Amino acid sequence: MHLVIIGNGIAGVTAAITARRLAPAARITLMGAESAHHYSRPALMYLYLGHLRYADVKPYADWFWAENHLELVQTEATGVDVAARTVQLATGPHLAYDRLLLATGSVPRIPDWPGQQLAGVQGFYGLPDLETMSRNTQGIRRAVVVGGGLIGVELAEMLHSRGIHVTWLVREGRYWQSVLPPEESALLEAYFRKYNIDLQLNSEVRELLGNVQGQVRAVVTTTGQELPAEWVGLATGVQPNLALAKAAGLDTDRGILVNELLETSAPGVYAAGDCAQHRQPAPGEVAVEQLWYTGRMQGETVAHTLCGQPTPYRRGEWFNSAKFFNLEYQTYGRVPARPTAGIASFCWQHPNGRHLLRLNFQEKDQAVTGVNALGLRQRQDVWEHWLREKTPIGTVLAQLAAANFDPEFARQHEAAIRRAFARQFPSIAVAKPRRKGLFGLLK
Amino acid sequence: MQDLTAPSLALAQPPPAAVPAGEKLPLAAVALGLLALLAAAADADPGRARLSLCLALALVSGGALGWAWLAFGQRPPGWHPHDLWRRASTSRGAVAWATGVALTGFYVVLYWFPWLLENLIRALDPFSQWLRHRPADQWFLYGTFYTLAVLVLGGRGLWKYRFSRYHLARTASVMFFQLGFGFLLPGLLLALQKPEYYFSYFWPLKYDYLFPGTVAQLLHGGGLGAFMVFWGVVMSFLATPVLTYFLGKRWYCAWVCGCGGLAETAGDAYRHLSDKSRQAWRWEVRLIYPILGLIILLTGLLWVGASGAVPALGVVTGPLGQFYGFVIGSVFSGIVGVGFYPLMGSRVWCRFGCPMAAYLGLLQKHFSRFRISTNGGQCISCGNCSNACEMGIDVKQYAQRGEPIVRAACVGCGLCATACPRGVLNLENGPREGRLAASTFIHADSLRIL
Repeated sequence: MHLVIIGNGIAGVTAAITARRLAPAARITLMGAESAHHYSRPALMYLYLGHLRYADVKPYADWFWAENHLELVQTEATGVDVAARTVQLATGPHLAYDRLLLATGSVPRIPDWPGQQLAGVQGFYGLPDLETMSRNTQGIRRAVVVGGGLIGVELAEMLHSRGIHVTWLVREGRYWQSVLPPEESALLEAYFRKYNIDLQLNSEVRELLGNVQGQVRAVVTTTGQELPAEWVGLATGVQPNLALAKAAGLDTDRGILVNELLETSAPGVYAAGDCAQHRQPAPGEVAVEQLWYTGRMQGETVAHTLCGQPTPYRRGEWFNSAKFFNLEYQTYGRVPARPTAGIASFCWQHPNGRHLLRLNFQEKDQAVTGVNALGLRQRQDVWEHWLREKTPIGTVLAQLAAANFDPEFARQHEAAIRRAFARQFPSIAVAKPRRKGLFGLLK
Repeated sequence: MQDLTAPSLALAQPPPAAVPAGEKLPLAAVALGLLALLAAAADADPGRARLSLCLALALVSGGALGWAWLAFGQRPPGWHPHDLWRRASTSRGAVAWATGVALTGFYVVLYWFPWLLENLIRALDPFSQWLRHRPADQWFLYGTFYTLAVLVLGGRGLWKYRFSRYHLARTASVMFFQLGFGFLLPGLLLALQKPEYYFSYFWPLKYDYLFPGTVAQLLHGGGLGAFMVFWGVVMSFLATPVLTYFLGKRWYCAWVCGCGGLAETAGDAYRHLSDKSRQAWRWEVRLIYPILGLIILLTGLLWVGASGAVPALGVVTGPLGQFYGFVIGSVFSGIVGVGFYPLMGSRVWCRFGCPMAAYLGLLQKHFSRFRISTNGGQCISCGNCSNACEMGIDVKQYAQRGEPIVRAACVGCGLCATACPRGVLNLENGPREGRLAASTFIHADSLRIL
């Protein structure tokens, strides 16, 4: 069998590695136009910050691929003939496949603003973007970042590390408001301002102004404000990269449409990762998942199917994590950004503005439904267990120390959290806490 | 092999990192301090040399602490090793080479040309008389510099890591053990006419403590000498396994040991330089276990020889002892171990040469409750953990497979957990059952990683 994988991001690479394990004799070809080897996309910012070198963000050493008989091809796939089962390459002859996996990832989604073609204006997604940013931000004083998600904060931190003044325009009334409840947004907004980031909420771009050399010089907002900027980062989201799928005539919507086996509309052609869109997402799940770990899970799942073990994609309990400058964020289960009928929400904050814990639970049976943690590390398997078992909030609070994943000697806040909970929900009994023990409470 | 398309060229060209104006003052103090040190070394007049030396130590220490305060104290607390791979001093650039050569050169002079340091040694006489009731020698000079380095750069560490109580405790501990057990206590013993003894070093690191000659000498020294022998035996063969069972090797390597103490303080800026490649790991295994075998063999042979059972053994033990003392005890632990900090990272000796680390490592790997847990499926393979590992462990390989990290080399410094932007890693002592069990969130892929 010849398995061809287009895209050497996390989904494609996980599929290749899993397929190698399941089918030791298969020929596996992994194609990526952007880089010769797989690298960690979320780590790009650390290259700019100078924490790491390019070699450090490659998850596998260069010898790994040849030793495991994974053929790497660095070229662009320009087309797919699903009838003839061939892939057209930008360089070289057509490549015949038995099974094909499209793991083509995302491309930045940028609204159509006048002036966004100016030099010094860019999105941030891959290595070429990093290279451009690296070149264009040398020695500059002022930059503007547009967009209030995770890429936005990465760009702000990168620029800040070089002493560049950052004005950060967020269209919404609060930071990451589609995902975070108000307290979390407020805490983060105060936190960003401590780093002297000029965060401007309710601010939209109207146009970008350039100088005679075609270089950006200012951003004009919809309120008419003109912000000087030598560089502008557009972090307004990403969308599935569909170019190849559309050219091949596959069914697409926002992404490449796949069933639960991650099969596309063409036989022998599959899609996984950022570029895929589930035709029928499981209840409460989104159709397009653009996360590192869902990419990995989809890659692993699809590899089983590709190797003759049809396996439906089941994501399991939702989780995510991020870091905002020095503040870590973890979430498990469902924590809606807005109050939800039937769901009670308890939120504890440390007065120092560096720790927050939100616990959501159902009003009717007090079953815990989700957690947000800022500046506190939570243990995933403990939370997975609590969420799956619909553990009552009283039990969760009593055993909260079991979910503590903070380093040794770190201050523990469980007692303070319990006191705050008792004040807010006096009617809910919290059992007497047991001593902290590794996994002891799960048995 | 290099990626042709990697933007290595663009990224390798740093924006010229100018020294902030405020930092120039403490830097100037350090430079003047080094100049004063040179003056002290060159001055035959003991009074003037003493004055120069005091001035030198004050300027270097004050400058270094001031610089640390500006570099770390003025920023929000947190882990931000910005420009680590872009500064010449921390990325094997010109400054690093010069520092490496100077450090190595200092060891060469100290070991083989100590008379070049005569003026400095004499300048320390009053201090040595006060502490130890005897004149200074080259080792007292070395001990003073060493302790000062641990204290001053430990102060830098306390600023740098003020956000983490684990690192504060660890740094304070190595400062305490170096000052108390590595410097003051041996001096006090000498002042009391007792044998000079380092209670924080044991066999096989301080290998001669259990040689028959040393034991006989100590036993002649009465009750305290007998206690020293007892202490050495108990620490080496009872306390070490017991403590390592409960805490991993970190109780020693990252909290007590003087070599570790220097690595964690003076060497902190160089930790990322340790080689993470498979080749480096192979060299580590090839070197460290034979060295442990060698010292066990040598100690055993000496005891057999001392028992009189095999009279001709001196033919073997003499040269073997000399070889070990010179190649491992002097060249490896001192010259390479510290001299190569700026080029090969801070734990070259601990990683490739220390027999104590090998012994502790075997215990840690096969007989300990210690492991670094990985937190579910959140690893993004960013590589910050591996980069921060001073022992050259490619932590990321384990984290991205969701495997707990149980490695002989890990000294438990905890920097991988600090550097992880997703809170995936945590140092833990837990039940031994299932300590190797992988996370259920990532399925192991069984392909070779080492």
